[in-house]
Amino acid sequence: MRDRRALLALADGTTYVGHAFGAEGITTGEVVFTTAMSGYQEVLTDPSFAGQIVTMTAPQIGNTGINKEDGEDERPRLAGFVVRETSPVVSSWRADESLDAYLARSGVVGIEGIDTRALTRHLRDSGAQNGAIGLLPDDNEAARVALVRRAREAPSMEGLDLATGVSTREPYTWREGTGAWHPDAPGAQPVERAKAFDKRVVALDFGLKRNILRCLVDVGCEVIVVPAKTPAAAILDLRPDGVFCSNGPGDPAAIAYAAETVRGVLGKKPFFGICLGHQIFGLALGGTTTKLRFGHRGINQPVRDLTTGRIEITTQNHGFVVDLEGLSATAKLTHQHLNDGTVEGIAHTSLPAFSVQYHPESAAGPHDSLYLFQRFIEMIEQA
Amino acid sequence: MVASGALCYPRPVPRRSDLKKILLVGSGPIVIGQASEFDYSGTQGAKALLAEGYEVVLVNSNPATIMTDPELAARTYVEPLTVEALRMIIARERPDAMLPTLGGQTALNLALALDEAGVLAEFGVELIGASKEAIRKAEDRGLFKAACAKVGLATPKSGNAHDLAEAHAIIAEVGYPAILRPSFTLGGAGGGIVWNASEVEAKVGWALSQSPTREVLIEQSVLGWKEYELEVICDSAGNFAVVCSIENLDPMGVHTGDSITVAPAMTLTDRELQRLRDAARAVMLEIGVATGGSNVQFAVNPANGDVIVIEMNPRVSRSSALASKATGYAIAKVAAKLAVGYRLDELRNDITRTTSAAFEPSIDYVVVKWPRFAFEKFPGADPRLGTQMKSVGEVMAIGRTFCEALQKAARSLETGKDGLSSLLPDADYIGLAGVLDRAARRDLANDPAPDPWTAGPRTASTDVELRTALRALVATASAERLFHLADLMRLGETDEELFRLTAIDPWFLAQIRRIVDFETAQKAESGKPLSADAVRAGKRLGFSDRQLASYAGASEETVRSFREAHAIKPTFARVDTCAAEFVAYTPYMYSTYETSNEAAPTADREKIIILGGGPNRIGQGIEFDYCCCHAAFALRELGYETIMVNCNPETVSTDYDTSDRLYFEPLTLEDVLAICEEEGRDGKLAGVIVQLGGQTPLKLAKPLARAGIPILGTSADAIDRAEDREQFDAMLVKLGLRRPRGGIAHDVEGARVVARDIGFPLLVRPSYVLGGRAMMIVNDDDELVHYVGLAVEVAREAMRDIRTSGEIEQKPTILLDEFLKDAIECDVDCVADGERVVIGGVMQHIEEAGIHSGDSACVLPPHTLPRTVVSSIKEQTRMLATELGVRGLMNVQFGVINQATYIIEVNPRASRTVPFVSKATGVAFAKVAAKVMAGRKLEALGLVDEVVPKHVSVKESVFPFAKFPGVDTILGPEMRSTGEVMGIDSTFERAFHKAIMAAGMPLPTSGAVIISVRDDDKPVAIVLARKLHRLGFSIVATGGTADALARVGIPCERVQKVAEGSPHIVDRVKIASEGRAAVALVVNTTWGSRAVRDSYAIRRQTLLAGIPYFTTMAAALAAADALEEGAPGGKMEVRSLQEWHAAVRSE
Repeated sequence: MRDRRALLALADGTTYVGHAFGAEGITTGEVVFTTAMSGYQEVLTDPSFAGQIVTMTAPQIGNTGINKEDGEDERPRLAGFVVRETSPVVSSWRADESLDAYLARSGVVGIEGIDTRALTRHLRDSGAQNGAIGLLPDDNEAARVALVRRAREAPSMEGLDLATGVSTREPYTWREGTGAWHPDAPGAQPVERAKAFDKRVVALDFGLKRNILRCLVDVGCEVIVVPAKTPAAAILDLRPDGVFCSNGPGDPAAIAYAAETVRGVLGKKPFFGICLGHQIFGLALGGTTTKLRFGHRGINQPVRDLTTGRIEITTQNHGFVVDLEGLSATAKLTHQHLNDGTVEGIAHTSLPAFSVQYHPESAAGPHDSLYLFQRFIEMIEQA
Repeated sequence: MVASGALCYPRPVPRRSDLKKILLVGSGPIVIGQASEFDYSGTQGAKALLAEGYEVVLVNSNPATIMTDPELAARTYVEPLTVEALRMIIARERPDAMLPTLGGQTALNLALALDEAGVLAEFGVELIGASKEAIRKAEDRGLFKAACAKVGLATPKSGNAHDLAEAHAIIAEVGYPAILRPSFTLGGAGGGIVWNASEVEAKVGWALSQSPTREVLIEQSVLGWKEYELEVICDSAGNFAVVCSIENLDPMGVHTGDSITVAPAMTLTDRELQRLRDAARAVMLEIGVATGGSNVQFAVNPANGDVIVIEMNPRVSRSSALASKATGYAIAKVAAKLAVGYRLDELRNDITRTTSAAFEPSIDYVVVKWPRFAFEKFPGADPRLGTQMKSVGEVMAIGRTFCEALQKAARSLETGKDGLSSLLPDADYIGLAGVLDRAARRDLANDPAPDPWTAGPRTASTDVELRTALRALVATASAERLFHLADLMRLGETDEELFRLTAIDPWFLAQIRRIVDFETAQKAESGKPLSADAVRAGKRLGFSDRQLASYAGASEETVRSFREAHAIKPTFARVDTCAAEFVAYTPYMYSTYETSNEAAPTADREKIIILGGGPNRIGQGIEFDYCCCHAAFALRELGYETIMVNCNPETVSTDYDTSDRLYFEPLTLEDVLAICEEEGRDGKLAGVIVQLGGQTPLKLAKPLARAGIPILGTSADAIDRAEDREQFDAMLVKLGLRRPRGGIAHDVEGARVVARDIGFPLLVRPSYVLGGRAMMIVNDDDELVHYVGLAVEVAREAMRDIRTSGEIEQKPTILLDEFLKDAIECDVDCVADGERVVIGGVMQHIEEAGIHSGDSACVLPPHTLPRTVVSSIKEQTRMLATELGVRGLMNVQFGVINQATYIIEVNPRASRTVPFVSKATGVAFAKVAAKVMAGRKLEALGLVDEVVPKHVSVKESVFPFAKFPGVDTILGPEMRSTGEVMGIDSTFERAFHKAIMAAGMPLPTSGAVIISVRDDDKPVAIVLARKLHRLGFSIVATGGTADALARVGIPCERVQKVAEGSPHIVDRVKIASEGRAAVALVVNTTWGSRAVRDSYAIRRQTLLAGIPYFTTMAAALAAADALEEGAPGGKMEVRSLQEWHAAVRSE
């Protein structure tokens, strides 16, 4: 294995020494951590991580390599990858290449050998902040200072439109379900053939995770994915049965056009939003969003479904949340984070429209919340 | 940040108020497959229910448990875990509910039996935690397969056989190799693998005999598949969470209890893992588990990801204990609260305090569990691992990476390894391969064990020969396979070939190779100065100072000083359930080599470190953990901050709320010194307690003292004075006390000199060992020559183990003593504060001298010893404690011949019998001792006199022979019991009867008794036969015994010995002939190695047939007396510890 000393520098001046892996070069971004113990490939390819340097709290990363099936996008979008230890081998019957080779090929700068626990505790206590990864030849103090400067100069996540950049350029149709990976017990049939592609859903892509599309197909949808800036009229022209608004990176307040689009379809078509789509829905209803200190990123986050009282173990990846104040007239709280009480889901009080802050499609993570896709179908059927 | 939306779902009543009194059932004695993890779960459960305001009625026959401490329940019954006893307890206590899911398979089976007997219905007792339907569905393999099929999950092809014919038919379907799983057994007892047609009869027969329902599941082999376990928890509202995923390093084919396991799963993608999670949830739902912790096991085909469900346990298990310790999530405590109506979201996470218990822990470290075996105790046992669990304990280690955790686990095992060390310099691999090969070909039921194999002088072998032997060794799972594998790697084998031989996942092989490669690189630098970069890199791979020292050709101290000089020191990280997402308030720590230290020792009060006992093993088990826990409780009462260090995940001591601070660390000098330094930097460390955790911490006493760490209680020198033969003899001469004549030797010639002086029989044992390791009685020169070699070898190992580098290597020492034939042995426990000595109790052994004290039944107070003898024993004990300056506990063993008393052994430390004495007398001696060690005086503690109860307490031992096909059941000076039970009653006979019932040997009331005894025992055999004949038993005897009985007119049926040809005594055990009563009891005593070998088959067949047996006359006579008294069954009575103790206090 190549052995190049590298440095992760935070904007507050804290630095962590490790070894470079993946692509060569310098990268900057908001340094965040995820506590997901499995699914690093999904994390790498989740477009919502665009502009972020992602720290895995799980120490052994890369064990199962990278395969063709588990990507949430065609290439990684994150700004950098921080791990405690990469794997010397790839061990999985599905693996196609190693993590190192994949990152190098995809231009993602990685750093390993980092005390990720110390870093995580620092981010937890002082909040997510910008950082930079670069090589550190001979423990060079000048390089250290330069990297800290790069971290400080990186743009703040607040007010940043990252979604438009990762959205698809052209509309396309998606008809692939989870197939052999359908989350019912092995052997169970996915959607019956007769119901397949029964509903047409237009999905606004702000950095869409593929598994959302697969889950929509599983419940009987054909999905037309459209670019972020597609106006409401153009969406309605596609004569969809429902409109979906995807997850994505950046500050929701920075993409005012999106809320406008959602307002244009509300009441006309059933609406479902996930993550950034949820935040856009909240903004469309006149609400506001705020940034959490270090966000919710992991696949073990407990959420209460307020209609049933049931707890779902959910996948989350968000730094912003919808504030409930200002929404009381038009929306009601449907899901709430069990630990800090933050808004995890809302529904319109009169129209067929709802959204969740977390990721019911998981990938990575448990399948506790798939019922929401079915709920969307029921909403469409009742419309 | 809290949203203002009102919660609009209905709030349930959190806790059931219709229940007032709850019956909690423990798991009974420690046996293989069911160990102290159920004390951990029972204790957590009892504490949780108590805190909720329920009246807890607790039943467990095992006195060495924390859960049977009288403070933990309203009523504590140390009574046999039988339907009869439970029925009486239920009738007496009238509990509203019974919680059977925290007491292992024993409690679940008992719940089912009570239901079937109509007891639960009769008294209106509700089963909580698991319904009987759920228990049946999970335990009955046929129902379980059907349930899995219903939710679309695959299980191995299989069928149930009740006899050989059915077995043959099923094997024709599933093919070879076929896996045997007898129904309703624990630890997979009776299970095995049938490789070919020639093995069918023996292995299926054995499996059928082990199943209480004479049923065995024969199934398709998934050998070589990856094996996973998910520890899950669910509540009555349908909430579900995976607490921990566990991957077995050893692939399918080795019982998970015998596998090295790793948490979290290392070689699955998220999709694959979530597939297992979905399957686990589907299984739970289908089985109908209402609330609590469960465990689901899977096999995953490494070639294509196919998933097969292996089994599920609808209860807290050994793996739950591991998962709890590995994540910090208190599964048993949460399960108990869920059982009384709470929902997961209504419970807090204790570690973070602010977050909910409804979540899935995320961990940012790697946990390795490594089982501890005791094959050295069972010569003749098949050393191959399979589907029947054989390990007697386990260790867990935590590191930031797998390599670090693996090496920490290896050195925690206390099998003389400093890490994943090479055995090439010491092991005779060619000999070992031969042992394995012979084991595979032996008829385990009929061929006596071969002589214990000892590593003789090794003939020079080439690398090619070594590699051939090692390849054979690693292809078969055995206790030290991973060491063998690493050695084969050292000899140049490729990962591809190792994978082909072992099916161990290539990821694990690659990690092991990193360890081997680092070692190789360091050895190449041997003799050169240490490099800071290399040492740092080594520490991050988990290498111990001793390993690094051996590669560099330096001493451990040199490496330590070098590290200190270069600031290469361990940091401590916290186990926090959440990968640092939230602040952890619970100081549960592990060491690693990182950049930031979270130990944050407090400085507001004095603190005491308690060193635990390490892995459970034979001779050092739960009794010592009990003592360590009591020390923590007692010192907390005195206002000290208590700090526990241990590496055993099965224990109460490693629960994060037993002590104020917990370090989950190996008990080696290096690791303990690092903790002492961390905790001592503010000057508040009062000292370390080493005398409660058995031999493990005791052997650290001297090196710790040398490093300037204060040792609390009895001094390291006093410990040495009792252990070192010459100093000990000098002390006895000074005090005018008598001991058996003896001498020491370093080799065979020396031993012969001693033998000529003392004469035979001689008791031979290595110095510095516990549990009578390699101790034997030799009758002549041949046996002497034979065994001294082995004893020297064991002594050499023991001394290597305790020696810190820098010390001059001493010659291995063996002790030879006059054997006190037919002596009665006594154990005395006492506590002393330097001024006063208070006797805890005098225990008279039931078996005669020659049986290890840990294996012998004993009675408190002595039932046949004259008062003058007991007084003399107590007086001698006081003299010894005073002379040694004991501060804390001391145990003395005496031999009594007529009126003469001999001191056999003095141990100035906690003994195995401390919990038993405490439960018998109501005085918590370990607590008292801890307070004494902290400087309190006995008088101030209110303990000035011995408490002699009027009731009688009997301790009986429990043996794992059934788990070791091929092992003789005869008892001897080497301890082999894994656990103990206690019977308490108003007379010796009734208490003894309860104890043997509790030990799982219900005495028959009719039928035939086989009596076959050695010549010396014939006079006593007549007494025994007469009693049994009077009680209505028919007597069956072999040659000499039959003649002796005939001479005194006792009618008996004569059978031939095995050597005399068929039909013989073994046939008589196996088959009840027409017109003759079936054999209901076997009494067989024998003497001398030849006779023991000749009579092996009768004892093994008796065990196979599940017939109660005695191998000593003393125990057989006691049983006959118990039968005469006729208590249990008809006139049995039950009484709680609280009542017995109240009676003692009012006397």
